[in-house]
Amino acid sequence: MANLTFTEEEVMLADMARGFLDENAPVSHLRGLRDAGQIYDAGLWAEMAQMGWAGVLVPEGAGGSDMGHAAAGVLSTEMGKTLATSPFLSTAVMAATALRQVSDDRAQAALTGIAAGTLRYALALDEGRKHDPDRAQMQAVRQGNGFRLTGQKAFVVDGAGADRLLVLAHTGEGLTLFDLPADRAGINRAAATMIDSRDSATVTFSDVEATGEDVLGQVDDAMTVLRPALQAGQAALAGELTGLAAGAFGMTTAYLKERKQFGVPIGAFQALQHRAAHLWSEIEITSSAIIHAGRMLDNDPDNAALAVSLAKARATDTAQLAVQEGVQMHGGMGMTDAFDMGFYLKRARVGAEWLGDYGYHAARVARLRGF
Amino acid sequence: MLEITDPKEFRHAIRAWLQENCPPEMRDGDTSEASICWGGKNWNFTSDAQKTWLERCAALGLTVPHWPRAYGGAGLDSARFKIWRQERAAIGARSPLESFGIWMLGPALLHFGTEEQKTTILPPIARGEVRWCQGYSEPGAGSDLASLQTKAEDQGDHWLVNGQKIWTSYADQADWIFCLVRTDRDAAKHKGISFIMFDMNSDGVSTKPIRLISGSSPFCETFFDNVRVPKSQIVGTENRGWDVAKYLLTHEREMISAAGEGMFSGRALGAVLAEEGGDDPILRAAAMRAEVDALAVGLTLERYKDMAAGGQEIGDASAMLKYAGTELNKRKHELLMSAGGSEALEWDGPMAGRPQDWLRTKANSIEGGTSEVMLSILSRRVLGLPG
Repeated sequence: MANLTFTEEEVMLADMARGFLDENAPVSHLRGLRDAGQIYDAGLWAEMAQMGWAGVLVPEGAGGSDMGHAAAGVLSTEMGKTLATSPFLSTAVMAATALRQVSDDRAQAALTGIAAGTLRYALALDEGRKHDPDRAQMQAVRQGNGFRLTGQKAFVVDGAGADRLLVLAHTGEGLTLFDLPADRAGINRAAATMIDSRDSATVTFSDVEATGEDVLGQVDDAMTVLRPALQAGQAALAGELTGLAAGAFGMTTAYLKERKQFGVPIGAFQALQHRAAHLWSEIEITSSAIIHAGRMLDNDPDNAALAVSLAKARATDTAQLAVQEGVQMHGGMGMTDAFDMGFYLKRARVGAEWLGDYGYHAARVARLRGF
Repeated sequence: MLEITDPKEFRHAIRAWLQENCPPEMRDGDTSEASICWGGKNWNFTSDAQKTWLERCAALGLTVPHWPRAYGGAGLDSARFKIWRQERAAIGARSPLESFGIWMLGPALLHFGTEEQKTTILPPIARGEVRWCQGYSEPGAGSDLASLQTKAEDQGDHWLVNGQKIWTSYADQADWIFCLVRTDRDAAKHKGISFIMFDMNSDGVSTKPIRLISGSSPFCETFFDNVRVPKSQIVGTENRGWDVAKYLLTHEREMISAAGEGMFSGRALGAVLAEEGGDDPILRAAAMRAEVDALAVGLTLERYKDMAAGGQEIGDASAMLKYAGTELNKRKHELLMSAGGSEALEWDGPMAGRPQDWLRTKANSIEGGTSEVMLSILSRRVLGLPG
């Protein structure tokens, strides 16, 4: 097993990210976007790209920083702490990982665009209420040398603002992944108003034309390209949720020390102390699964499935606990919009569902562990 | 073999050595209480294989691989110690020897002991010749350990020890005891304690086993009636025994929670539960949750070992390992009892050992500091909450 402590480089990356995010993307930044009715800050993403974050998984040949999955996890964890919103997961982690599986000029060009921060992607996978890409039903019917796509995709995260979409569709013998410009004729995007104030869309495909050129990887074999992308995304999202839990926990312990009732700080009450200590333990344990998933994706990606699902399951659970305890321990304050805890609560809920909920990943862990 | 520093070569050498030297009967991966070899003068080996396995490991210092070779260890650094553990787990090799000497006294002496103490006391522990027990808790000093009352009076060339200990693990089997005693009654309660060692055959020492709910008696009441202890048998400085105890409690917590060894190679608990529990959806869901948590706790143990190996202070955070590891173990045994159904309800039925193990685990979250004490340590010392 690889070493599960952070390297010096990773510690420096985390410190640098923390410094940047505290200044440029504290929770008040997300609040500001929400209050202004916006779901995207182009300036913030441009700065992240400049620091090499957009190219974290893009090869250096395509202008990326190619820091790897553990580093991507470090970044997403730091983003999670203050709920920094950006296309990082969709574009820099998932789309970049998918494109990397393909070695043609077009993929190379797309990777260059991602690293530069000028090209944003979203993944159009799910059709029902739950993440289940293997059972995608949307049809891409063969016509001549190409395909016609008709159907609807739900919960397309970052879908409203994306320049391009990775679309999963059935092509008769199997599933195929298409890489389409979001403005292609017949694609209609309806932005949803999400509880976490972020970008998500329902995307409808009405007889959308696609050529063989638009296929990423091989026809009827989407998973060779998509599986690594999903695993990368799930691991990085697990990192974000663990960061989110740590952020909510930090606010909560600060409040326990500051808020006085019965003449003492409420953190002096053992009932709350023990719950806080339990929560800290859960975050600490989940952090191990996050770094482990990053190490596995970097060192042994073909065997990373267990590590990734373990990380996402644990992170989902831990984030839920952190925000619920966070609201409860803040008392009435936790229920107010003026206070930030609600933002954590809502993002934790969205993060729990995205890319597979607890049940989805726990079942995968069980399968991979032989039951 | 032990001189090899290259990790790959070392792994190959260890693997070959294990293949050649670990008796087949010792490769069943059994970690239950009944399978442990405790050693000591009173020890009856459960099989020839157990004896052979101990001797072969002890000859190379592999009962205590991370201790210096001068004191009976194999002198392995943490990276090679990890390789040894991994290779052992890979073939399901049992631990050759466990004891309070290895877990507790050894680390204390390595840290606080004199050179003479180290050279005379440690090698017999490593060879499994002397078995130690730990005299900490007293009837009136459990979670509040520092309020202990057993006293050692200075009689010039020796201490005179009087008092009572409780929950002394295997005191009736042990050869020697290390003990916390009060040497200054006037000092503040943490400041008047010393850490001393003496022979359980000394005049005035008596033990009385305590029968537990599992039917077994791993613990004793231990009585000291005018026991004479030479002054040289103190570890560290007089009245500074609490420093030693605190250092060791941290160790003990890590040991008690160290259940995650080789977790990715061993058979999943969930697989056992799913097989025995049939199609009970609630049990299956609980098994999945337990599996997820067990893997994550196991990774956390690995991560903390990596941190310690890298020179990072772990300190009070080890209370988390103790808390999480023991609570998880209790959960696991509750599920095993559920899966076993009525077959697990007979002491000596088809699942003999399972009810005993289940009952034993109830002590996990009490011994070595209760879960509540662990949470209090975390909240005050790690989170900095008031109180």
